[in-house]
Amino acid sequence: MMIETRALRKSYQLGETTVRALDGVDLAVREGEMLAITGPSGSGKSTLMHILGCLDTPDGGEYVLAGEDVARLRKDRLAAIRNRRIGFVFQSFNLLPRLSALENVELPLLYGGRHDAKNAAAQALETVGLRERMRHEPSRLSGGERQRVAIARAIVTHPAIILADEPTGNLDSRTGDEILALFQRLNADGRTLILVTHSAHVAAHCGREVGMRDGRVVNGG
Amino acid sequence: MLLWTIIKVALGSLLANKMRSFLAMLGIIIGVGAVISMLALGAGARHQVMNRITAMGTNLLVVRPGGAQRRGVQSGSRESLTLGDAEAVLQSVPDVQALAPLVRGRAQVKYFNANTDTTIAGTSLSYLAIRGFELAKGRAFTSVEEDYAARVAVLGSAVSTQLFGERDPVGERIRVKNVNFRVIGVLKAKGDQGWFNPDDMVMVPYLTAMRRVLGQPYLDELDVQAQDAATLARVETQITSLLRKRHRIRAGADDDFHVRNQAELIEMASTVTRTFTILLGGIAGISLLVGGIGIMNIMLVTVTERTREIGVRKAIGARDRDVLSQFLIESILISGLGGILGIVLGFGVAGILSGLSDYQTVVETQSVILALAVSGSVGVFFGYYPARRAARLDPIVALRYE
Ligand SMILES: Nc1ncnc2c1ncn2[C@@H]1O[C@H](COP(=O)(O)OP(=O)(O)OP(=O)(O)O)[C@@H](O)[C@H]1O
Ligand SMILES: [Mg+2]
Repeated sequence: MMIETRALRKSYQLGETTVRALDGVDLAVREGEMLAITGPSGSGKSTLMHILGCLDTPDGGEYVLAGEDVARLRKDRLAAIRNRRIGFVFQSFNLLPRLSALENVELPLLYGGRHDAKNAAAQALETVGLRERMRHEPSRLSGGERQRVAIARAIVTHPAIILADEPTGNLDSRTGDEILALFQRLNADGRTLILVTHSAHVAAHCGREVGMRDGRVVNGG
Repeated sequence: MLLWTIIKVALGSLLANKMRSFLAMLGIIIGVGAVISMLALGAGARHQVMNRITAMGTNLLVVRPGGAQRRGVQSGSRESLTLGDAEAVLQSVPDVQALAPLVRGRAQVKYFNANTDTTIAGTSLSYLAIRGFELAKGRAFTSVEEDYAARVAVLGSAVSTQLFGERDPVGERIRVKNVNFRVIGVLKAKGDQGWFNPDDMVMVPYLTAMRRVLGQPYLDELDVQAQDAATLARVETQITSLLRKRHRIRAGADDDFHVRNQAELIEMASTVTRTFTILLGGIAGISLLVGGIGIMNIMLVTVTERTREIGVRKAIGARDRDVLSQFLIESILISGLGGILGIVLGFGVAGILSGLSDYQTVVETQSVILALAVSGSVGVFFGYYPARRAARLDPIVALRYE
């Protein structure tokens, strides 16, 4: 198993009330799978993705990533996992505005201490079809192009898993389809892919769909 | 992450906010500039005092009648030092290079209608060498003239100008207290030293002064030049014990003379100027502190502004220490760059100060190094708290920040 969670829990305190964002999530994802997570707003999809992406830690439960229990690792180790084993794609791209596309894609390599960053970053941009725009800052790129730069940044360290939280949510349907096609290609190359989506169309193109409601997996898990 | 990459990122964010970066630097620029120019002022004062002290002569001991001053009161007789003492010191104290007895008094000196009030210094030929005087014209008196109390005079340059203007006084006759003297030489000017003018005097043989002009049988001063700086202290103790014996001072009783050691004088002067320098530097240091607080303020604003960026960096694998060093280097760059500009400013202010006033300023290498080191540490010290705040941000919280 690439990913295996058992009884994952995460809750937030909002004044008097406790919000159970995750209320016992059991999920297993095989290597090479392309998985869609769907569900109504507030059902805990993003919370789950953040924990799977080692950006956040659960309050309870287990999370085993490629055989390693990562639920309670130290911060530096989590940073290393985020750097090498996981690529995260955000709905709002999250590129650094003052850096060029190439420099944005280089960043994970620099934090990983790699020396051939320029070449590897250019190659990743080539994969997403943006090689000729690599000198541009994000502000001079379209939404779809920005998301492709973000995907290049996610794949530049050749992580085994790519997590994408509503990657097409800010894009029109045609551009969204291009991004979806790009994900399918990455999946065909053997990468494990998990993406959160509100679009039935996108979900239909994934190998499996998992539905969430009120912090639990309700079908497909 | 490679250091060079971090520096590049930090430089980029400084350049993106040029005005703000400059304002943050301004405190450090002014602080370092103040430190450099104040230390230069202090060092200048020290050099000036040292120059004055060495202008008085080198490896010098000055023996004067009367005990050392206590609470401003001088003990012992003012008439205790004699030519016999001078002779004895020269005969029996080793390592004495040269010795000059000195009697001194004010008197009016006339040349036809011109006259001036000046110091009459009755001394020997060796006085010139001990006190570092040189002849401009003519000659100094000979030992024969000294022994026979000849009425010959060597003029200080100021007196020569007063009485003769541009003319050559050598061979002319002047009157000192109604005694005729023949001018045999003129001294080169040493320059006004502020508290006294060494060029404002007339030098005559000591016997002549004692018998014909001032009428005093005792000496006002005994100038002794030691072989070198190392023997200065030994010569001093030997003179002291010799004079105590000659003056029949019982053990435990106070000296009726005192010896001033030039080394002590230098010591004292440098203590004074050091205090002065520390005071000036300390005041300037406070402005450096204020500059540091300015940097901290800007860095806190920067960290808040870039919370989302920090979240993104962490999401793609930056460790706490990567973020810490990024912001730390940014603040060190601000303060270091400010330090360099401050040094330039300090040099400028020091130059203007010495140009506009009588103060001499000397920018010493060590104060430049000090200023650079201090401004760098200011960057570390005041940048650390904001940088640590950035480093400890939770990635999710930072990413969510609007
Ligand atoms: N930092 C937080 N503080 C308080 N409550 C939170 C926080 N993050 C999430 N929540 C709550 O947890 C629940 C799940 O949120 P989450 O963002 O995971 O939902 P989602 O399924 O991603 O929704 P959407 O489809 O709108 O993105 C929500 O009720 C939300 O209000
Ligand atoms: Mg969400």
